[in-house]
Amino acid sequence: MTMTSSLRAWLNSDRPASRAQARLSSVYHGWIEFSANRLALLGLIILLSLVLIAIFAPQLSPHDPFEQNLQNRLKPLGTAGHLLGTDSLGRDILSRLIHGSRITLYIVGLVALIAPVAGLFIGTVAGYIGGWVDVILMRFTDIFLAFPRLVLALAFVAALGAGIENAVLAIALTAWPPYARIARAETLSIRRSDYISAVKLQGAGAMRIITRHIWPLCIASLVVRITLDMAGIILAAAGLGFLGLGARPPSPEWGAMIAEGRRFILDYWWVATIPGVAIFMVSLAFNLLGDGLRDLLDPKSGS
Amino acid sequence: MSDAGAEQGISITGLDVWFGDGDERVDAVRSVDLQVVKGASVGLVGESGSGKSTILRALTGLVNSWSGTMQVDGEHLGKRRSRHFYDTVQMVFQDPYASLHPRHSVDQVLSETLSLHKLKDIDRRIVRLLDDVGLGTAFRFRYPHQLSGGQRQRVAIARALASEPSILLLDEPTSALDVSVQAEILNLLTDLRAERQLTYLMVSHNLAVVGHLCEQLAVMQHGEIVEFLSVRDLRAQRASQPYTQQLLRSSMGFVRDEVTTA
Amino acid sequence: MTLLEVNDLNVSFPTRSGEFEAVRGVSFQLGQERLGIVGESGSGKSLTGRAILRLIRPPGKLRAASMRLQGEELLSMSEKQMRRVRGQRMSMIMQDPKFSLNPVMRVGEQIVEAYAQANRGNRRERREKALAMLQSVSIRDPERVFDAYPHEMSGGMGQRIMIAMMLIPDPRILIADEPTSALDVTVQMQVLNIMDRLVSERGMGLIFISHDLNLVSSFCDRVLIMYAGRIVETCRADRLHAAEHPYTRGLLNSLPRLDTPRERLAVLHRDPSWREPSA
Repeated sequence: MTMTSSLRAWLNSDRPASRAQARLSSVYHGWIEFSANRLALLGLIILLSLVLIAIFAPQLSPHDPFEQNLQNRLKPLGTAGHLLGTDSLGRDILSRLIHGSRITLYIVGLVALIAPVAGLFIGTVAGYIGGWVDVILMRFTDIFLAFPRLVLALAFVAALGAGIENAVLAIALTAWPPYARIARAETLSIRRSDYISAVKLQGAGAMRIITRHIWPLCIASLVVRITLDMAGIILAAAGLGFLGLGARPPSPEWGAMIAEGRRFILDYWWVATIPGVAIFMVSLAFNLLGDGLRDLLDPKSGS
Repeated sequence: MSDAGAEQGISITGLDVWFGDGDERVDAVRSVDLQVVKGASVGLVGESGSGKSTILRALTGLVNSWSGTMQVDGEHLGKRRSRHFYDTVQMVFQDPYASLHPRHSVDQVLSETLSLHKLKDIDRRIVRLLDDVGLGTAFRFRYPHQLSGGQRQRVAIARALASEPSILLLDEPTSALDVSVQAEILNLLTDLRAERQLTYLMVSHNLAVVGHLCEQLAVMQHGEIVEFLSVRDLRAQRASQPYTQQLLRSSMGFVRDEVTTA
Repeated sequence: MTLLEVNDLNVSFPTRSGEFEAVRGVSFQLGQERLGIVGESGSGKSLTGRAILRLIRPPGKLRAASMRLQGEELLSMSEKQMRRVRGQRMSMIMQDPKFSLNPVMRVGEQIVEAYAQANRGNRRERREKALAMLQSVSIRDPERVFDAYPHEMSGGMGQRIMIAMMLIPDPRILIADEPTSALDVTVQMQVLNIMDRLVSERGMGLIFISHDLNLVSSFCDRVLIMYAGRIVETCRADRLHAAEHPYTRGLLNSLPRLDTPRERLAVLHRDPSWREPSA
């Protein structure tokens, strides 16, 4: 009791005594504010359980996701041993769903690593340096923005060949331009501020100012945007899988699972619906989390 | 360093500063001559848009569209500033709420500044700087939002002092602060100048503040210096230019017009 | 004649560590006079001005024993009645005209609109009224200003337009919150003179909120000094320099003065007892 209350006092102190305390107490305050938003908390819980499910997929899934059993095909929900039924090849849908979460996280993680970083870099450099650099980088961005995302991704996959890595690459290539736009707009408002002038007067170079001073301020709004975009990215990956351009069978990717179940949708609706519900849940979770983070991080909403 | 003492300080001759090109061109500063000898404290007074802050920005290289000659300690200034320049000249900005990075703690601000100047012994120097500006180490790990306006301005002064400069440019350092805090900051600036033999060039619209901290002042209007005078003359209201006289009258408080203006 | 009577006004805001009392037990009366409210940032002076117009946004809370405008209780009025009071009987001028004028509407239309809310009349009459008002705030070419957009005006011009707009419905009380601190000193004097003349011509009550002690003592008739949400002292403006409260004295002493040079300025030492009402 005294331990927790003294810890709380330590975190709440407005005169921190060390770097670590200052960091931890700002994280703690962020957490208090974030956890007050119930829906965002729900989103976070869903996503954390998705991560746990992906980590412990072999232990959690009751069957081998690739094991076929043609005598046992298209069993309805609630069948003994197959809680969510089986698909057209008699594979356990629950097991496939659990293993599919790994693929979903893989796609989401990789896109989230590539697209925003590229966008952040291009946007901040264009915004800070300005002039010709700005014009060239931004026209390049405009070209990418002018194409519909799925069509562009389709073109990339068609050129690179089908497969999950290429799908990720294609989605990342179509996802970065909005981040570059946001990062540039933020940079334009930041670069004239006095605190940037002040570091210039200490002799800091452009790269240092961009990475140490501008990035930390842009990242907040990018993180918000990424979480809100994640739903779209999952759907794009599922769409590519559905069109047969993403994950190849027998991979248990959720979009590919819907594509397979499509043929039986009238008589055996659950085969396509269950992975659909999974995609819906994860997309919704990302959106809820994104809304919560926006309230927390976006400097424009005021604190 | 072998130069004669007369070369020390700031020397500006025929300075023009403009913004924009062609039809859009606005001349912010026009043929300004200004000398600040080492150890002096000079004020630049004028209303908003008179070009007084622009002179500081041109001097520090924050504005690049200028012509004329500027020297600091005998070194001619070109389009780029040397590292040595930033070791010699530092600036304190007007608004302490805008001049500190919102996500950097006091400790980060000062340690980055010290490492940019390639100084060693960073820990000990931070403690000393915070002591020198009257904050103390209790403030070391705070973020700007945990500081009051006066405390922020002290951090900004500590940052400017980190490289141990000999010249400090002050851009309205107290105009965003309450009067009681203004007094504390002005006292701090007086003390620091005495301790470190600093040279001040201060921009302000407040004649009383300039009168308190400076010995001489230049009055600016529409980008030009209209009058140089000593603070002694200012206090005795011996100003020759009508514009300076008008500023003096206004600074004394409100004077009710007896005649209604048409 | 008392125009406004405020009794025990309180404004508070909820925070994580409990209720923050921004204005505490403020009472005063306003007649046909220039009443200054001075204090430092956070003293509650601006909130007091807004509270009189009942412009405290939730979650802020306004409590008062009574607030009477010419004998009428403002606290018991509906929001609809309050809207009629604001602008027509009490007006407010803010610090920066840039944020108070509608940027996509011509200056003249905005003034006409302010006039039309309280008065009837056809287009020509309204326009003439607006032009006359612009003239009375010492705008030399009212016709040009009438057709201009706010961004085409300088700060001093914008503030004159604001004054014109606020005074055209002929209110009884004008609340001016730092009306000239965004302006240059020379322009500041012109704007103050205009405000001063109009207020005395029309027999209005003026509440002048400012942090500038010199300005308030030379411009107003009477001054309230606020500290930490309370009025710590009331005095005649021309006697402000002989004020008694240690806070007021401290503020006055911390000002640099041209007529009396000093090596160091006096520093204000805040006494916790100033926060509480004296026994």
